Amino acid sequence: MALDKSYLEYPKRAYGHDHDFYDWSMLTDRPKVNWPDDKKLAVWINTTLEFYPLNQRNIPFKTPNGMTMPYPDLRHFSLREYGNRVGIFRLLEAYKKFDVTSTFAINTHLAEKNPYLLNRLLKEDSEILCHGWNMDHLHYGGQDIEEERELVNKSVSRLRELSGQAVRGWLSPAKNQSENTMALLAENNIDYCCDWINDDMPYLFKTARGNLHVMPLSTEIEDQFVLNNNLHSEDSWAEQVIDAFDYLLKEAGEQGGRLFALNLHPWLVGQPHRISSVEKVLAHIMSSDEIWQVTASDILDSFCGQS
Amino acid sequence: MKEDLNFFDYWAYENRPKIEWPNGAKVAFWVAPNIEFYELDPPQNPQRKPWPQPHPALAGYGIRDYGNRVGHMRQMALLEKYGIRGSISLSVALCEHHPEIIELCKERDWEFFSHGIYNTRYSYGMDEAQERAMILDSIETIYKHTGQKCAGYLAPALSHTEHTLDLFAEAGSELFGDDAGFYTCDLFHDDQPTPVRVRNGKRFISMPYSLEMNDTIVYAVNKVEPRQYGTMLKRHFDRLYAEGEQSGTVMCIPTHNYQVSCPHRMKAFEEALDYITSHEDVWVATGREIAQYYLENYYDAALEDIARKQEA
Repeated sequence: MALDKSYLEYPKRAYGHDHDFYDWSMLTDRPKVNWPDDKKLAVWINTTLEFYPLNQRNIPFKTPNGMTMPYPDLRHFSLREYGNRVGIFRLLEAYKKFDVTSTFAINTHLAEKNPYLLNRLLKEDSEILCHGWNMDHLHYGGQDIEEERELVNKSVSRLRELSGQAVRGWLSPAKNQSENTMALLAENNIDYCCDWINDDMPYLFKTARGNLHVMPLSTEIEDQFVLNNNLHSEDSWAEQVIDAFDYLLKEAGEQGGRLFALNLHPWLVGQPHRISSVEKVLAHIMSSDEIWQVTASDILDSFCGQS
Repeated sequence: MKEDLNFFDYWAYENRPKIEWPNGAKVAFWVAPNIEFYELDPPQNPQRKPWPQPHPALAGYGIRDYGNRVGHMRQMALLEKYGIRGSISLSVALCEHHPEIIELCKERDWEFFSHGIYNTRYSYGMDEAQERAMILDSIETIYKHTGQKCAGYLAPALSHTEHTLDLFAEAGSELFGDDAGFYTCDLFHDDQPTPVRVRNGKRFISMPYSLEMNDTIVYAVNKVEPRQYGTMLKRHFDRLYAEGEQSGTVMCIPTHNYQVSCPHRMKAFEEALDYITSHEDVWVATGREIAQYYLENYYDAALEDIARKQEA
């Protein structure tokens, strides 16, 4: 028994990454970035609003946090809906209290279904990002490019129509992509994508259909990952977010501008027993006068203005 | 498949010949940063999938890339602060992909040992000639880029065959005689170095590397909260330090730049390193230094004791 001889061949064993999507460099080797007013840490808070259809198709895999029980899985369907009708309002309240400008990533299908919700978010005078069509329309390796092209185009153009905003950002459902997703986003004039989580600063991503930026929206400290995947307590989640914030703020002071990105899901942290942990985190972050707390586009524009 | 590969005989922890580390240290302490390269689109192995999703598997790939782009500098600075030289478990293709990292570690006199070519190429299903070629490649690559004669091995992604340890010992001998290929991190059966039986009869040992303290096992498999990991590290150390009074023990923290170096985990890791290195009777060393000291001073006594107790 032996493996095919190609298993011991390494055609991409050379300088840099094993792909051409973006350039290799260590964060500390790049030119120092300065945020406006000499603020050290750019703070981006994003709220993600999702629609999980009851008749989930699971293509090509089970939608994370989606339906798990035999049809009709009313428990998960309604618990996710809870975020859009109750949880989000607790978060909006908290943002107001601590003077936070959150961006809102929304499934276009949800924006279309619930005009009240979309209009309410638009009143926040912030930025809407496209979070794909809905949570059961994953982008995935092996997906037919024309099918995906139509999906991206429909999701982006319809959200632009509904919101009246430019919609410059994209977050894929489940942060999953095909090998064509980034090129299709570029085709639709998307300026930044939040799916690639491999840096603590924005960076340039190259595609055959044009370039765009990655705005890494940290997975490691997001509510869904810590509470639902790792099953840590709310107290531990708040502690981890605060530790991460303190660390990045200190590093930014020593090494130049850094990005702190926090993603929140109203169906999860909008629960009555969790909202106080969000408030604790926001109180800690917003009490610092060394941060620049703005939208993702503001951060990206400042970054691009310097590079 | 066999019931047991017989790398080692049973050897009880109690009543062993006493180990004394240099300067009366009770614990030999080493940190083993795994500096790994994961391919975005690796070839498929018949027995293990590299990524859970179809290409491109962003989630797993992204955070590992983060380790090299962002995490490495954080961990390196932290180890330096506490006077620790890392013993790197290296995906050797990183010498070609990211030579900047290799250069920085070389400047700090860190140890490099083999962790295969890529952490997305598994040993499962290789025949002996293939695994030998892969291991020789890894030792030669380390020598070419660092001038070091690779002493230790941790199979890529801990993927083994029946002959992994034999082949590593032989490859080391073939290239550099007894200067290379004399310890393995692949066995987790003890808190002290122990002799391992290999095919060419070489003086070869297992170094305690601790899967239980490995940050990836702790964080990604057991899903431990960061502060709790700090507590675990301190407790692990306290016990080995106390037992080291009787006979010297070894503590290893195996790390990954994509785990401990994340901003929400640095604090707990730093507190543990501060705690451990603030103790007086700790020998902060590299894997190679500990292995060599053991081979020179205790290996023969261990073999005799093991043989004697097999008869009893």
